[in-house]
Amino acid sequence: MNTKHEAKSVLSTKQPSADAAMPPHARPGDGDAVRNSPRRRPLFDRAILKSAIRASFVKLHPRHQLRNPVMFIVEVGSVLTTLLFLQAALGRGEASAAFTGAIAAWLWFTVLFANFAEAMAEGRGKAQAEALRRTKKETLARRIRQPVPPTESERVSASEMVPSTLLQRDEVVLVNAGEIIPADGDVIEGVASVDESAVTGESAPVVRESGGDRSAVTGGTRVISDYLLIRVSSNPGEGFLDRMISMVEGAKRQKTPNEIALDILLAALTIVFLLVCVTILPFSIYSAKAVGQGSPVSITVLVALLVCLIPTTIGGLLSAIGIAGMDRMIQANVIAMSGRAVEAAGDVDTLLLDKTGTITLGNRQATEFIPADGVRVEELADAAQLASLADETPEGRSIVVLAKQKHGLRGRHVEKMHAQFVPFTAQSRMSGVDLNGTQIRKGAADAVQRFVESRQGRLSAAVRTCVDDIANQGGTPLVVASATNGKARVLGVVHLKDIVKGGIRERFAQLRRMGIKTIMITGDNPLTAASIAAEAGVDDYLAEATPEAKLNLIRENQAGGRLVAMCGDGTNDAPALAQADVAVAMNTGTQAAKEAGNMVDLDSNPTKLIEVVEIGKQLLMTRGALTTFSLANDVSKYFAIIPAAFVATYPALNKLNIMKLATPQSAILSAVIFNALIIIALIPLALRGVRYKAAKAPALLRRNILIYGVGGLIAPFIGIKLIDLTLVVFGLA
Amino acid sequence: MSWPLGRYMKWAMDPVSDDREGRSRAGRLFERVAGRLGREQLDWKRYVIAVLGFNAVMFVVCFAILALQQRLPLNPDGLGAIEGSLIFNTVASFTSNTNLQHYSGEATMSYLSQLAALMWLQFVSAATGIAALTALARGLAGRAKMGNFFIDVQRATFFVLLPLALSVGTLFALGGVPMTLEGAAHVTTLEGAEQIIARGPVAAFVAIKQVGTNGGGFFGPNCTHPFENPTFWTNAIAMVAILLIPMASVWMFGRIIRRPRHAAIVFVVMLGFLFVKIAGAVWFEQSPTQAFANLPIEQSSGNLEGKELRLGATTGPLWAVLTTSTSNGSVGAMHDSLSPMTGLFPMVGMWLNATFGGVGVGMINMFIYIILAVFIAGMMVGRTPEYLNRRVEAREVKLAVLAMLAHAFFTLGGTAIFAATPWGTEALNNMGAHGFSEMLYEFSSAAANNGSGFEGLGDNTPPWNIATGVVMLLARFIPIILPLAIAGSLAAKKPTAQSTGTLGVEDGTFALILTGVIVIIGALTFFPAAALGPIVEHLQFMV
Repeated sequence: MNTKHEAKSVLSTKQPSADAAMPPHARPGDGDAVRNSPRRRPLFDRAILKSAIRASFVKLHPRHQLRNPVMFIVEVGSVLTTLLFLQAALGRGEASAAFTGAIAAWLWFTVLFANFAEAMAEGRGKAQAEALRRTKKETLARRIRQPVPPTESERVSASEMVPSTLLQRDEVVLVNAGEIIPADGDVIEGVASVDESAVTGESAPVVRESGGDRSAVTGGTRVISDYLLIRVSSNPGEGFLDRMISMVEGAKRQKTPNEIALDILLAALTIVFLLVCVTILPFSIYSAKAVGQGSPVSITVLVALLVCLIPTTIGGLLSAIGIAGMDRMIQANVIAMSGRAVEAAGDVDTLLLDKTGTITLGNRQATEFIPADGVRVEELADAAQLASLADETPEGRSIVVLAKQKHGLRGRHVEKMHAQFVPFTAQSRMSGVDLNGTQIRKGAADAVQRFVESRQGRLSAAVRTCVDDIANQGGTPLVVASATNGKARVLGVVHLKDIVKGGIRERFAQLRRMGIKTIMITGDNPLTAASIAAEAGVDDYLAEATPEAKLNLIRENQAGGRLVAMCGDGTNDAPALAQADVAVAMNTGTQAAKEAGNMVDLDSNPTKLIEVVEIGKQLLMTRGALTTFSLANDVSKYFAIIPAAFVATYPALNKLNIMKLATPQSAILSAVIFNALIIIALIPLALRGVRYKAAKAPALLRRNILIYGVGGLIAPFIGIKLIDLTLVVFGLA
Repeated sequence: MSWPLGRYMKWAMDPVSDDREGRSRAGRLFERVAGRLGREQLDWKRYVIAVLGFNAVMFVVCFAILALQQRLPLNPDGLGAIEGSLIFNTVASFTSNTNLQHYSGEATMSYLSQLAALMWLQFVSAATGIAALTALARGLAGRAKMGNFFIDVQRATFFVLLPLALSVGTLFALGGVPMTLEGAAHVTTLEGAEQIIARGPVAAFVAIKQVGTNGGGFFGPNCTHPFENPTFWTNAIAMVAILLIPMASVWMFGRIIRRPRHAAIVFVVMLGFLFVKIAGAVWFEQSPTQAFANLPIEQSSGNLEGKELRLGATTGPLWAVLTTSTSNGSVGAMHDSLSPMTGLFPMVGMWLNATFGGVGVGMINMFIYIILAVFIAGMMVGRTPEYLNRRVEAREVKLAVLAMLAHAFFTLGGTAIFAATPWGTEALNNMGAHGFSEMLYEFSSAAANNGSGFEGLGDNTPPWNIATGVVMLLARFIPIILPLAIAGSLAAKKPTAQSTGTLGVEDGTFALILTGVIVIIGALTFFPAAALGPIVEHLQFMV
């Protein structure tokens, strides 16, 4: 289904369509928006793994750790316990060297594991960037001095070969068939098919031509036929590919607003727990003195408690989650211009969707034969099929198919029947076939009326009513007539209509559950729009849409406190794209559209908007879920460490040791080990994101609370106990 | 009872602007006297300045009255000058609605000091709390101007506190609480010895003390004194009075923000915590004391040490929980003598300080927990967190965690310093875990603006007076300023639309999350300290 449609779509873009309402970009996608991109890579790629392990150590540098207050505290704790270990090894320590050493080692592991998570996420991005960079080979460009001479021979003499990296904005280059386009730009002359698979992963070539909405070309893609004259639109290092590479590498990654807020919360919790642990020291000194037994709690134990209490799980995985969110966008073949845009996608509450290509298939299809009075429906179907046999437009093909399906009429070969095909022309506005002296024609009502009235026939009132009815319902009526020996009669009407994509209705119902309102945008009249809107199940529609109307609609929604997402590709979409909060520009679109949007869809599939929203939501949910998990974990750690820390002073406190951990040392060590291992265990979750199901907020919340809140409460009790048992088995307790 | 009162308070505090009836004659008179100050609508910054300025003036005036009480009238018993650090502590305590008392009222304060300084402060400090909550709610309702502080204080005093205090006071007077300006009574006992019985305008003082969650008693032993709390009925009325306005504050909040269901959820969460604390305290108090397990002592009526037998053994812990849960701080039993675990629950009440909390400020403290809960839960539905249709972003989170941090810092930091130095250790009557509990309780009480004392602590020394005085003032005004700043920042944002995809703050799931956040962030912070105090003491008895 998928590939067939792609092939068809390439075809349909090459020939002018009979449907005037169809926007020029319409490259019909398919119903199911989720498709497997060829870029998807396994979670643990060997090469990435290797470089990530190396990067984990490099990231130990304090300057890097300072970006993340939680992990910075862990690193300081690691250094401190290591020093205490050295002191203990020299025989002057407050606790046994083996215990202090083990704690120090696991604290270092905690930092390394967090670094590893970040490095893994970055590594996946880098691999993506590497693949992109390979396409960005340095090429030689044929630069033409301006003003561009009109004739080819003059151009050759006015051109010079320069490396593509030297091209400046507004310079003009000539690219011939077989050559690589050296930089992003706009076509100013020529029509050519271009292989963009390097950027989009899509093997079918696309047409690029000057003027209109298909004038943008991307550096690194290859011209297959003809030639293009291109005006460069970006300076070296600022092109689309460059931006993409820097985005996925995560090097210049800016923290997003929500990430900053979460960072503050985590930092504050860290300070609270620091306060808790620091005050324990005087409490414990006082207690030991007052009771007169046991010694005050050791620094090693306090550091261990601190590291266990501060939210290391979310702190260690936070940046990995952000990078992975961006990475998931890229795997969906969408390039976000900033992390902020990805985050905003989750907040969207209104989606503006173009009718054609998103909600309906790009072309209208025949759905019904309505015979005129005194004509059998089989006769009409037969005539309509004959008239359409040689008609290669999608509409024509749909008539052939409908006749076959409904009336069992097999397609026949026009050549074998010695029939002559009469193609559609702008003058006649009909097409049809001449067969054994019979002329069969199909076309718009007034064109067919002229045809029959010039041959002693007429269009009956009943047929006229039928035509008007179809038009009012938003369909396209095609009238079929035949003429034998100069006498013509009308056979009936074929009802062509927009076909709503399969599954799209359910998709909209899903969006409604997520609290997202869908608005269909169409150039159709209000009646047509209403009927399609009802069929597709969108919440609202904008008929006879003009760029201004779109812009106003977005502003109205935003004034009502809604976040609006839309996709577009034309230059006239640019103002609306700039106004929308999440604006996905189609890669096939113009440079203006791409610059106005904050994301680019390489597949140019408008249905992708839904996926973009889901990825945004998933990103935030992953953060929330891991924060909850991390905080819920603290309960068990209190129960593991507090009794162990003070049992020397107050033996009665061992009653709080509800996990019955073997010894104070093993209890503390188990908690620290659990704390470190859980980071590793959750890396896949951080990279993939928590499972997202379209549901209402309360249902989502209940589910996440149950898994990550209650689960986070219970899991560490079990985990710490298991680690403790293992330590006992190996005699390390 | 709290629900209709909440409704009334909404009318009293936040009348519809063009409602002529809402502007009483007193209100118009007030506006004329106060001039521009009494009319202008303030944004959050200027509202905060008004709060601070007003309280600073009150602080100075009352400081002066106490410092000069020996030269001022209404001092029939001829009480002398008060020590400087004690004055500071007392005035700070009453200004901050804490009413921590390091003195015994009847032996230290003249009637003028009690009435003009302390009782006046009991009114205006409570009114400040109500005014602050009203302003907060106005901000959350999306109004950029949060109202006028002076009008709010005036309305809170005249329309809310005064009528309630009058009715409660009358009931107290009927129940046998003295109300006189005459000096102490000199009587000759049956044995012929002369005894001096302190008395005074007690009923008025005690009424506002309970209604305004102040808790500063007329007498040193507070509501354990027979003149403050003579009978079962005065005891019952007092307990109702303690809870009334803190509960009603929640409803008022809900009405001003026009989300009564949200208020109901918050109310249920608070009530849940309150029940758990009461049940826990009563349970541990009724259980036989482990220390006496092997002694021939009848224990069927629970732990009776330090209780007023005319009121029974249950009322002690019940009162203790109510008074600490509401930042009231009046005591109906000797907290020092409660069973160790019973003693824990009042402390939990003060650590949370939001289940119901003080007049107005309890809801304000809860607001901090709500912001944190909304932030964490909001992400889990896949959106930038929103509260009441406004986005909770970095700035709001920063202010909320600062407030949270301040509370933990004052309690734990204060205790840590005193536990480590002779300032603290020399004041103790008990050593070991119980002594630690005494210090922990004192600072919890100051930081929570509660004012009850665990007692058993020789706390009238300059270090204790100054330290707790400073903590009380900071712990009072920081948690008022920061939430107002949050509300101001939220009010300035563009409201977002609500849909089925946004986080609901009106359902059971949210109540659950709020509870979780309060337990994990609010209570567990104090778990290590609790383990070294009441918990270990309890466990030791069990060995």
